[in-house]
Amino acid sequence: MERIPILKMGEYLLVTIQVDMHDRLAMSLQDDLTSKIVSAHAKGVLIDISALEMVDSFIGRMFGDIAAMSRVLDAETVVVGMRPAVAITLVELGLSLRGVRTALNIERGMDLLRGLIDSRGDGAGSAE
Amino acid sequence: MLVPLSENRSISTPEDVVAVRQAVRQRAVDLGFNLVDQTKIVTAASELARNTLQYGGGGTLRIEEVLQGPRRGIRLVFEDNGPGISNIELAMKDGYTTGNGLGLGLSGAKRLSSEFAIDSRPGEGTRVTIVRWR
Repeated sequence: MERIPILKMGEYLLVTIQVDMHDRLAMSLQDDLTSKIVSAHAKGVLIDISALEMVDSFIGRMFGDIAAMSRVLDAETVVVGMRPAVAITLVELGLSLRGVRTALNIERGMDLLRGLIDSRGDGAGSAE
Repeated sequence: MLVPLSENRSISTPEDVVAVRQAVRQRAVDLGFNLVDQTKIVTAASELARNTLQYGGGGTLRIEEVLQGPRRGIRLVFEDNGPGISNIELAMKDGYTTGNGLGLGLSGAKRLSSEFAIDSRPGEGTRVTIVRWR
């Protein structure tokens, strides 16, 4: 079965979506990513969507779900590289991707992830 | 109104929804739509094609080029013979869904279109027509 590859880089997972995903493929990415966060002990997930020509409500919801699930699993998610036409359309569609952190490109996304994970590390004691 | 070109597509699998997006994109490119307008009509088509599949149990899409005076546009007609929509006003509300989606399909597609019409009868099916002018 067709799958979106998930790369492990240290404590981060990197996903580059390069195909026009049908809904089942999007769902399998969500499942795969959730399992991989646990098995790889990942602290951060970076999803690069610079190749995506469209994000509709289903795919947008998937990003929100991935962000929420990763948070529950003690990891942060950042979506990077959204094209301007996609952003304009997404907002007009009525989707603001609340709860999903975004960055302009991979480099800024990695900086954001590091910052998020570092700042969380400081407060970790309070949860013990 | 002159209708120069039209094509019909079947929507019966999730892969068909992707094929619909690609066919509508190609037609928008051929008609000279700018990138933002291409993205809007493709996204609206994706929402409506998914509705046809999920709620209508599958159906068809007719893609037409439309000319009105100097204006050129794309008309998309989604049709299914599914259970229909008993309360269209409610179905058009942001956030309302009978499935497990976000409830943005119909209302979002309407916002992304220049013209929007829906005709549905319980037990008979649903037809959604949108036009986006260039």
